[in-house]
Amino acid sequence: MSSFPWLTTIGLIPLVGALVVAFLPASLADRARQIALGFSLVALLFTVAAALQFNAGSSQQFQFSEQHPWIEQFGVSYAVGVDGIALVLIVMAAVLVPVCLLAAWHDVPDSGRRQQTYFALMLVLETFMIGVFAATDVFLFYVFFEAMLIPVYFLIGSYGGPRRQYAAVKFLLYSLLGGLVMLVAVIALYQAGPGGPQGFLVDKLTGITFDQNAGRLMFVGFFFAFAVKAPMWPVHTWLPDAATEAKPATAVLLVGVLDKVGTYGMIRFCLQMFPEASTWATPAIIVLAVVSVLYGALLAIGQTDIMRLIAYTSVSHFGFIVLGIFAMTSAGTAGSALYMVNHGFTTAALFLVAAMLIRRRGSKRIPDYGGWQRVTPVIAGVFLISGMSALALPGLNSFISEFLVLVGTFQRYQVAAALATVGIILAALYILLMYQRMMTGPKPDSAAGTPDMSHREKWVVAPLIAAFLVLGFYPKPVLDVINPAVSRTLQYVGVTDPAPAHPGTAAEGAVK
Amino acid sequence: MHLVQLSASSAVRLAGAGAAQPASGVTSLAWLLVVLPLLGAAILLFGGRRTNRFGPALATVLSWASFGIGAVIFLAMLGRSADQRVEVLSLYSWIPAGGFQLEAGMLVDPLSMAFVLLVTFVGSLILVYSLAYMEHDPDRRRFFGFLNLFVASMLLLVLADSYLLLYVGWEGVGLASYLLIGFWNQIPANASAANKAFVANRVGDFGMSVAIMLMFATFGTVTFAGVDAGVAGANQGTLTAIGLLLLLGACSKSAQFPLQSWLGDAMAGPTPVSALIHAATMVTAGVYLVVRSHVIFEGTPTAQTFVVVAGAITLIFGAVVGCAKDDVKKVLAASTMSQIGYMMLAAGLGPVGYVFAIFHLLNHGFFKAGMFLGAGSVMHGMNDQVDMRRFGNLSGAMKITWFTFGIGWLSILGVPPFSGFFSKDKIIEAAFIGEGWRPWVFGGAALIGAAITAFYMSRLFFMTFQGEKRWPRDAHPHESPRRMTVPMIVLATGSAFLGLILGPTNAIASWLEPVTGRSPEGEPVIAVPVLMSLTLLLVAGGVALAWVQYWRDKVPVAAPAGSLLTRAARQDLYQDDVNEALLMRPGLHLTRSLVFFDSRGVDGAVGGLAALIGGTSARVRRVQNGFVRSYALTMLAGVVVILGAVWVVQ
Repeated sequence: MSSFPWLTTIGLIPLVGALVVAFLPASLADRARQIALGFSLVALLFTVAAALQFNAGSSQQFQFSEQHPWIEQFGVSYAVGVDGIALVLIVMAAVLVPVCLLAAWHDVPDSGRRQQTYFALMLVLETFMIGVFAATDVFLFYVFFEAMLIPVYFLIGSYGGPRRQYAAVKFLLYSLLGGLVMLVAVIALYQAGPGGPQGFLVDKLTGITFDQNAGRLMFVGFFFAFAVKAPMWPVHTWLPDAATEAKPATAVLLVGVLDKVGTYGMIRFCLQMFPEASTWATPAIIVLAVVSVLYGALLAIGQTDIMRLIAYTSVSHFGFIVLGIFAMTSAGTAGSALYMVNHGFTTAALFLVAAMLIRRRGSKRIPDYGGWQRVTPVIAGVFLISGMSALALPGLNSFISEFLVLVGTFQRYQVAAALATVGIILAALYILLMYQRMMTGPKPDSAAGTPDMSHREKWVVAPLIAAFLVLGFYPKPVLDVINPAVSRTLQYVGVTDPAPAHPGTAAEGAVK
Repeated sequence: MHLVQLSASSAVRLAGAGAAQPASGVTSLAWLLVVLPLLGAAILLFGGRRTNRFGPALATVLSWASFGIGAVIFLAMLGRSADQRVEVLSLYSWIPAGGFQLEAGMLVDPLSMAFVLLVTFVGSLILVYSLAYMEHDPDRRRFFGFLNLFVASMLLLVLADSYLLLYVGWEGVGLASYLLIGFWNQIPANASAANKAFVANRVGDFGMSVAIMLMFATFGTVTFAGVDAGVAGANQGTLTAIGLLLLLGACSKSAQFPLQSWLGDAMAGPTPVSALIHAATMVTAGVYLVVRSHVIFEGTPTAQTFVVVAGAITLIFGAVVGCAKDDVKKVLAASTMSQIGYMMLAAGLGPVGYVFAIFHLLNHGFFKAGMFLGAGSVMHGMNDQVDMRRFGNLSGAMKITWFTFGIGWLSILGVPPFSGFFSKDKIIEAAFIGEGWRPWVFGGAALIGAAITAFYMSRLFFMTFQGEKRWPRDAHPHESPRRMTVPMIVLATGSAFLGLILGPTNAIASWLEPVTGRSPEGEPVIAVPVLMSLTLLLVAGGVALAWVQYWRDKVPVAAPAGSLLTRAARQDLYQDDVNEALLMRPGLHLTRSLVFFDSRGVDGAVGGLAALIGGTSARVRRVQNGFVRSYALTMLAGVVVILGAVWVVQ
């Protein structure tokens, strides 16, 4: 393996970009957006180059590892590295950032300081997102986990809609509360662990048998923070406000990437470091996950604000992801990891296409639309495809992951899986009713002359639709990377898949 | 080398997918069957306006190309002995996820080929018809793109070698159906009809999904071959559960009781769509599913009984509804429901019925598609009028339509020697085989259904083509162009002769034998000649009654009030009202109260402490006056500063 510091490089590129964009001389101020996009594309290029060198068959848990002492007195290191799950999430983030930058092209109309700051904040956010997925030191993870709040707070609070202050503070309060609870658990973890100058490394904290109560308390500390972030019922209420008040591109990064830190953290930290507590808490978490699936979907059906509706669909989808993680079967947990990637693309498409409509109509209210399939047929078509992805239509990306989650859960928890499957009926309702209200019906006279999708907007959606189709028909490259990471995690927990009751002794093996 | 003759106890299991062998020769091209129309759909739908000019023609050519490949594979299959006709084409590793490993593969066997030929042949004919029928529609490129998407999905459905891949096709046809029902969704009712169809199908998908999960949990695989092989060892309860869940899926897709209510509304789609998707092919997918899963159903008599019951109820239900409707397409839709009820009933009877279920399905594909195209031709000549009370005596103005429709009518009635006779009569016979109450109830239902069918189809035929003119003032009926009449003539030819070719020669039974096994001999509880005469007598009675009411007597232009039953049948026997009362209204209340609960309850309780102190309004004010904000920011800043300080100090 080359010793090139891939992850640090990928993380630094957007940070450098942010500084460049933020302090651009006035003469170049009108190029800020292009420069920001350029940096994000370079970061994507490096990410792809790294991903191509990833060895799925490696015996090491983490690859592209780098490790330097940071605060030795407290055992904190700058340690990064990725396994398959972290890798695919970083790739997803690296794809979504340029897409979002392109989508945000006209978010801040006039070039100048305000616009530069906006794009710089998004690039800073990218750095933190890559950092949080790459960190293999618990404390470093915590630092990135909290640091992410800063750019998001300003992106919502300074650039959002009319109730942006309320939404930003609500977001911050929920996240900080979760973060502080986790901080206590982080410190306790160091105390309970082996200590020493590298005492916060994930490697060192894996495989320790904690005191039962201490382990469970620490697990709860981590899990609470991740549940807020994910977000799970009943700590989800910050999300709809944040999603609707934020600029759509911010909402995409928030819901599509940032929230994945919650579910990613459950796999990396909760399952890996606290196996006993994880199995102990599973029944309660399965219940919460199923509630999230159904509750989020029902709430989505009842929304009249497009952005809030999409946010609630995410509550439902995160329910599926958590369900698969805690089903702790190789199919279910792999399905969850894949779902995290798929959900990023699907939600991005939904938010960004909705934003195209909102920009044209000037309203987020669903009843203000109607008949728009005949006003902007291309946007309507893309909206429908995105919706189909959200309702997990077979042949598109989300189906594979949703099905894996369900089939994996069913192996252990039949009732929970069957109840969650009701979510597929509700998903059809929230997507199709929204489409019906917004797109069908007679062509509205008031919308005459509204332009259909522009070239720039086509470039925004093209990579997302391509991802839907590729991951729907050929998810193997992603699954091949995820599988070893999943089986390693399940080994840490010490669970194996339940055997089928009556295996088909088929000639199947012979045929295949 | 895989010719393992399963030595299962029953001769039925003799063949099945267990004897599959790897695809070779032309069969290895089977993937093109799906890919060609899919390519057409992609070009038309993503290509934009550039493809307006050549798109529809391209779609039609690609569909015919698919038929061509299907025909070649079929001929090659004919050339092999019966035990070598089941082939599996492995494509690629589709879902490799830990314990769940699944390859995408195609099962090319006599059953799937029967469907391939039906779908591509009838589908291509209907595409040709649509070239004329949709000529002046501004969105016809989209229409042809959707139809190609449908053909591709339907072929995937029937060619898949696993339940999960079948499910992809299953949803693909559902999507195409949704898009085409709502093709003219500028009319709000059509958009609602499309949604209804999709949601009803999703209810079935729930069944399909859970069935597949249960299969994986039970057998560790979801391929047809793997599941079939595991059935022998599985317990009754599990098999029954799988069977009932599959039946739920089948009922939604095939519009069987109690999930039938979407089909009538689906007639909102353009008529070629009704002919292809909502008559000839997609709606028969449920029958395919049951026959394809016959090994499971044979292991669970309970689930089989449910299949028969669903079929029997629907065949009567559809027929009764068909008697009351005045909209020509809705009568045909009700009839489709009813005819699929016959197929479902036959499929549930077990080995005695499979062949006739599929046989009737093929015949129905021809005569019903032909009649729908005929109805489209009538609408084309009558300014899109669908009310049969405004038709009458069209036989003169539209000779070809009248003649081809007439053949379809005789075929569905089961008049010998037209196609329907050979399959429907056999289904009635099969329903009368058995012991105890079953043959009397199920056979009786099938027999009564035949009589009612004769009545309502004759009513349709007489009201449309015979009797007096009741045309609106501005109607100038005329025969449709050649591109529409030729497909109708071809389908009528099939409706006339297909049964004669496949039935008495036993061709269909021996063709399907490698999949469904040999049908056991059985004697109906009523002697066959007696039964056949009785059936024909009842059919004649139905026709005579219709003749009296709708040909000899004057048909009022305004519908009479009608009896209680007529009024109920016009309302689809209140199925919509039941659904609304049981599902939609409670659902609406649940959603509304949850939305309220979420903003007041959950948000309030969790956002908590401040609310406890000062109430909701005070809490919001506090947040907005910046107190909480500065507090929160201070906390965040504190964390950052401490970290920085530690780092600097170290």
